[in-house]
Amino acid sequence: MAPAPTSTYSSITLSVNGDKHTLTVDHRTTLLDALRERLDLTGTKKGCDQGQCGACTVLLDGRRTVACLQLAVAAEGRAITTIEGLAEGEQLHPAQQAFLDLDGYQCGYCTPGQICSAVAMIEEHAAGWPSAVTDDVRPEAGPPPLTADEIRERMSGNLCRCGAYVSIVQAVARAAAVRAETTATAHTTHTTMTTQTQGAA
Amino acid sequence: MTTAPTAHKGSVGVARTRVEGRDKVTGAARYAAEVPFAGLAYGWLALSTVARGRIRSVETAGVLAMPGVLTVLHHGNAPRLDTGFVGFLGAPDPTCAVFQHDRVPHRGWPVALVVAETSEQAREAAEALVVHYEEEPHDIAFDGERSDAYPVDGHMPAVTAKGDLEAELAASAVVVDAEYTTPEEHHNPMEPHAATARWDGGRLEVVDSNQGATWVVSDLAQLFSLDPASVRVRSEHVGGGFGSKGVRAHQVAAVMAATALRRPVRVVMTRRQMFSLAGYRSPTVQRLRLGADAGGRLRALEHRALSLTSTVHEFIEPSAGAARVMYDADAHHTANRVVRLDVPTPTWMRAPGEAPGSFALESALDELAEKCGLDPIELRARNEPERGPVSGLPFSGRNLIACFREGARRFGWADRDPRPGLRREGRWLLGTGTAAASFPARARPSTATVTAEADGTFTVRISAADIGTGARTALTQVAADALEVGPERVRMRIGDSDFGPAMIAGGSMGTRSWAWAITAAADELRERLIPGAGIPPEGVTVRSDTTAAVAALTETERHSFGAQFAEVAVDVATGEVRVRRMLGIFAAGRIVNPLTARNQFVGGMIWGISMALHEEAVRDRASGGHYAADLAGYHVSAHADVPHVEADWIDDPDPDDPVGIKGIGEIGIVGAAAAVANAVWHATGVRHRSLPIRPDRVILAGTGEPHA
Amino acid sequence: MKEFGYQRVFDVSGALALLDADPDARFLGGGTNLVDLMKAGVERPARLVDVRELPLDRIEPTADGGLRIGATVTNSDLAAHPEVRRRYPALAQAVLAGASGQLRNMATVGGNLLQRTRCGYFTDVTRPCNKRTPGSGCPAVEGEHRNHAILGASGHCVAVHPSDMAVALTAFDAVVSYETTDGPGALPLSEFYLPVGGTPHLETALPQGALITGVTLPPAPIAAVSRYRKVRERASYAFAIGSVAAALDVRDGVIQDARLAFGAVASRPWRARSAERTLTGARADGETFAAAADAELAAAKPLPHNGYKVTLMRNLVVAVLTELSEEAAR
Repeated sequence: MAPAPTSTYSSITLSVNGDKHTLTVDHRTTLLDALRERLDLTGTKKGCDQGQCGACTVLLDGRRTVACLQLAVAAEGRAITTIEGLAEGEQLHPAQQAFLDLDGYQCGYCTPGQICSAVAMIEEHAAGWPSAVTDDVRPEAGPPPLTADEIRERMSGNLCRCGAYVSIVQAVARAAAVRAETTATAHTTHTTMTTQTQGAA
Repeated sequence: MTTAPTAHKGSVGVARTRVEGRDKVTGAARYAAEVPFAGLAYGWLALSTVARGRIRSVETAGVLAMPGVLTVLHHGNAPRLDTGFVGFLGAPDPTCAVFQHDRVPHRGWPVALVVAETSEQAREAAEALVVHYEEEPHDIAFDGERSDAYPVDGHMPAVTAKGDLEAELAASAVVVDAEYTTPEEHHNPMEPHAATARWDGGRLEVVDSNQGATWVVSDLAQLFSLDPASVRVRSEHVGGGFGSKGVRAHQVAAVMAATALRRPVRVVMTRRQMFSLAGYRSPTVQRLRLGADAGGRLRALEHRALSLTSTVHEFIEPSAGAARVMYDADAHHTANRVVRLDVPTPTWMRAPGEAPGSFALESALDELAEKCGLDPIELRARNEPERGPVSGLPFSGRNLIACFREGARRFGWADRDPRPGLRREGRWLLGTGTAAASFPARARPSTATVTAEADGTFTVRISAADIGTGARTALTQVAADALEVGPERVRMRIGDSDFGPAMIAGGSMGTRSWAWAITAAADELRERLIPGAGIPPEGVTVRSDTTAAVAALTETERHSFGAQFAEVAVDVATGEVRVRRMLGIFAAGRIVNPLTARNQFVGGMIWGISMALHEEAVRDRASGGHYAADLAGYHVSAHADVPHVEADWIDDPDPDDPVGIKGIGEIGIVGAAAAVANAVWHATGVRHRSLPIRPDRVILAGTGEPHA
Repeated sequence: MKEFGYQRVFDVSGALALLDADPDARFLGGGTNLVDLMKAGVERPARLVDVRELPLDRIEPTADGGLRIGATVTNSDLAAHPEVRRRYPALAQAVLAGASGQLRNMATVGGNLLQRTRCGYFTDVTRPCNKRTPGSGCPAVEGEHRNHAILGASGHCVAVHPSDMAVALTAFDAVVSYETTDGPGALPLSEFYLPVGGTPHLETALPQGALITGVTLPPAPIAAVSRYRKVRERASYAFAIGSVAAALDVRDGVIQDARLAFGAVASRPWRARSAERTLTGARADGETFAAAADAELAAAKPLPHNGYKVTLMRNLVVAVLTELSEEAAR
C-alpha cells in the first residue's frame, strides 16, 4: 500500500518563556532556527548545528537540551525556556549575574548556552544526579559535592573556544551557591510558615 | 604625548566588568546573523567534492525549480571581480573571490551559491545541486622531505643567517638535533562566519562577523569596483575570530546575491564549511639544531620550518621567527619555507609563527637543559641576549627572566627534582615543565573621533572590533583617562566602517593601535574644550589619525615576554594526559583591565593545552579533503580538560606607547604547548615531538614502538 | 535535508501502523543522532513518527530481581535511577560517560541502541561507504582508521559502534524487547547486532518495521560490583577510543564469575567471552587479568594505524579488573 500523502508543514504552538507563539513550520525547521529566524529570539546561538558545541542550549520542560537537534514541530506542548527568559525584568538571574561579575565569557557567543546549561545543571545536581567523575554512583554514597571537577565534567557539553573556562566554572559555582542559599532560606521560611500554621491550628 | 595624572585618571589598571556584559548574558547582544532584515533571503554555499580539476557543468535547472529557490550563482553567471589589487593586508586570497573561473584548486572550494526564501530550502537545494567535474590527480602530501619547498617572506624575512653553523655545531660540547611536527589547526570561533548584504539607498551595507570593518570594507569595495564611501560594514558583536575573520567567500557571495536579487541576502558558513573556507594554521615540520658549550651557552642555533599553502595564494606560517628574538648564538640560522599543495589557503591563527615555532624551540631548549644537566630556567638565563640576535637592535624592555623568577616562586619550581619518570600518584605519573614566551609589540595607524556631547558625556567612535578581547571595555577606560572623566561618561561605539579607518583586531595590535588614536583625539579635545564654556548642541568633535605618530616610532626590539609553567598527569597504560595546573607570568605592557586581561591570557594558555593535547585536523589522502571536519572530529579542549589555570603579570609599561600598552591577545598561547610537552617528558621520560600528544602516541611510546 | 512528514504517536500500535504504511518512515526518539544524520544527508526519511510520547518511559523492577527499562526512558533518567545505580553501577557510569548533559536529556534508550557509527566516511555523503551505500567501498581500510575496529571487522567495513550504554548492557546480558505488527519479540543484546561480514549496512536483527519497546536486565548480583572505564581523546564529551564494562565476583581470592565487554573496538559492543572463561575459577591477580585480556585480544586484527588499541584494551582490562578486585576485597 502506498503511504498516504503527508504534509511537510505543520501549524504549531510553541510555549517560549511563558508566551505562546503559533506559527507554521517546515518540519525540517529545528527549534533553534524557529527561535532565531521566526520568533526573533536570537539569544540562543548556532555554533555547530550538530549537537557538538552546546551554544544552542535551551531548557525543555526545565531540562537542558540542544535546540539544534530538536525539531520545532516535536517541541510543541513543551515549556521552552531560553536565555531571554531567565531574568525577572531588570533583575538578572543569579547565574547571569555571576557570569557578568566574574567575566565568565569573552566573545559571548557560547554564553547563553553556558548559562542555560548551568542553570539546569545546578538543578540536576540538586536532584542528586551523579556524573562521570562521581567516585561512587550508588545512591547509598549520597549526592556528590559540587566540586570544580564536578562542574567541569557536567559543563563539558558547552565548548568555549575563547577559553573562558576558568571564570565560567567560578561563575557556575557562585550561581550554585546562591541557589543553595536561596533554597535554604526558602526552606527556613517554609518551616516557619508550617510552624505558624500548626500554631494557629 | 602623555599628560600628568589628575584626579580623574583612575580607570586604566582597574578591573571592570564588560561594557556589553549585560547584553551578552541576557542574549540581547546581536551577532552578524541575528540582525533582522525585511525580505531576507538565505544563501547556502555549495563546495567542490574534488580536490583538483575543472568544473565541467553546473546543473542549475532542477535546483531552480525547487520550492523557494531564487537563484544559483556560479562561475558561469556571477559578476566579474577585480582581484588585482593589494588590499588592507596584502593581495586577496582568491578563495574569497568566488565563482570567477572553472578551476578547482582544493576540495571544499566554493562552486555555487544557492539562494532561497528559507534556509531549509536553500540547504536542500545546495545539497541537491549537481556539479560535474573533470577531476585531476591531487597532491596533498605534506612532509619534511618535499624537494619543492621554497623560502617565502611573510610578515618577516624568510631566511636569516650569521656564523658558520656546521663549525659551531662540531665544536659544541652538547648538541640537540630533533624534528618537531605540529598538525593542521583550525580557529573554530564559536560564531560561524556570517554576513548579510543589502543595498540601501545606493549604498552597500554588510552586517558581518569580522575582525576589522576597515579591512572588509576596503577589500569589498575593490573586489566589486565600488567607491569605498558607498560601502558600509558593521560588526557590533563578533563571536570570536582568532585570525580567521577577514574577507572570505561568504561576504563576497552575499554581496553578489544581494546585487542580483535586489534584496537582503544572508550567507552563513556551516561548521563543516568553515574547515574549508575559514582558513587554518598550516601543519609544520620543524628541525632544530642546537649546539652549546658545557655550561649551556649556545654556540649554534638552527631553526628550519616548513609549512604549506595552496596553489592559489602564498601564505607562510613563519615558525622559525621566534628564535630571532629569543636566543643568540655564534652561528644563528633560521629559515621559513613553504610547499604548495592542493589544499585551501592557510591564514593567520592566534600567534602565527610563534605558536608552533615556540613548541619546537622551547621543547628543544628543554632537551638541551636535560643534556647539559641544567635547570631549564637557568639555561635560559645563561642565554639572555643583550640585543636582538638577528637585528642587533636594543630591546625596548626584556623582562623574560623576571617572569621566570616570579613564576618559579609561585609555581614551586625550586622543589622540582629534574629527573623524569619518578613521581606517581595512583595510575598517574606526574611531571612539571616550563617554557618561554614572546610576541611582538606593534602598532598600526588608526583614526578615531571623540565628541564632547552637550549633556556632559563623550562619544568615542572607532572602527575597532571586540572579538571577545574586552577591547570595548578597555578602550572605554583608556578614553575616560584621556578625557579625565569617569568611564560612565564615555560611550564607546565600535564595529562600523563609517567611523573611519582603523587597525583590525589582530597581531595583538588592536587595542594598542585604537587606544593610541583615542588618546590622541581625546587629548586634543580636552585642549579645545574651554573650562566653564558650554558645548553646542551638536557637540564638539575631534578626529585623530596616528599615521605619523606610529611611523615615528623608533626601530627597536619591542616584544612582550612570558614564562609558562605546567603540571601534568600521564597514564601511560591508557595514554591519557591531563593538565593539572598551569601558571603564566607575563611582561606584556600596561594592563588596562585586569579582569578581562587575565581572561585573555588564560584563554591563550588554554589554547596551548588544546594545541598540546587535542587539536588536529586530519586530511584524507584519497579525497584530499578532511576526515570528520566538525567539532566531534576536531577536538578543542572542553571544560573537563581545563584545570586551574592562573595568569598574572609584572609591571612592564611600554615606554613609547601613550598608554604603555604592548598587546596581550596572543602571547598566552606562545610556549604553552611546549610547557605541557616538557611536563609530559618530566612525567614519563618520553619526549613527544609531534602534537597533539594523543593517547595512541603515549601508548606506543610507552611500549617502545615508533610513533604513529 | 529533504522535506518530510511528521506524526506524533501516543500508542505502540499507532506507531507500528504508520511505519508499516511507509517504508521510508523512521521513528524519531530524542533525535540526537537521526536529526544530525538527516542534516548530513545520510538519512533521508519521507516521514518521521515521533515516539517520544509513547508510554514506554518507565524503569520497573522485574519479578525475578532484574530491571525493565522502557525504550523512551532518557539516558539521563536511566543514569539517575537509584535501582540502576545500585544494581548495575557500570551501566549508570557508561551512560554518564556518553555525550553531554544536554544530549543525555534528549537521547532515549531505544535510540541509543540504534545509533549509527561516527566513522567520518559514513557521515560524509561525498565519500564512499559500504554501510551507507552498499558496494561503494570502504575508504577507512586504506585511509583514516585510527579509531576503527580491531575485532570482528571485515574488509567491507571497519567502523565501530559508538554507544557506551550498550557496552554495559551487553556485559549484563540485557534483552531487547520489540513490537511488530505481527506481535512482540525479544533479542538478547548479544544477538541484536549483526556481524559485519559483507553486509555492513545491515546492523541489527530487528525485523523490518519493529519498534523497540524496552530493555530487560536479568538479575545479576555480580553487577553490584561493576565498573565502566572509557578512554577518549579529551577528558569529556568525546566518543571512546576504547572502553571496558566489567563486573567481578571474587571469593577468597578466586574469581567465581566475571562479566566483561569492550566498547569502540568493533562494529558492536564486544562481549569478551574468551576473557571471561579465562577469569572464571582463576586467582584474582594481575597475571590472570593480563591472560584474560590476551585471550580475548588474540583475535584482534589491527589496521596499520590502530594497533595501539590492542595495547590500550589490554592495559584497560588489567586496570579495571585490578580496581574491581580491590573493591571486592573491601
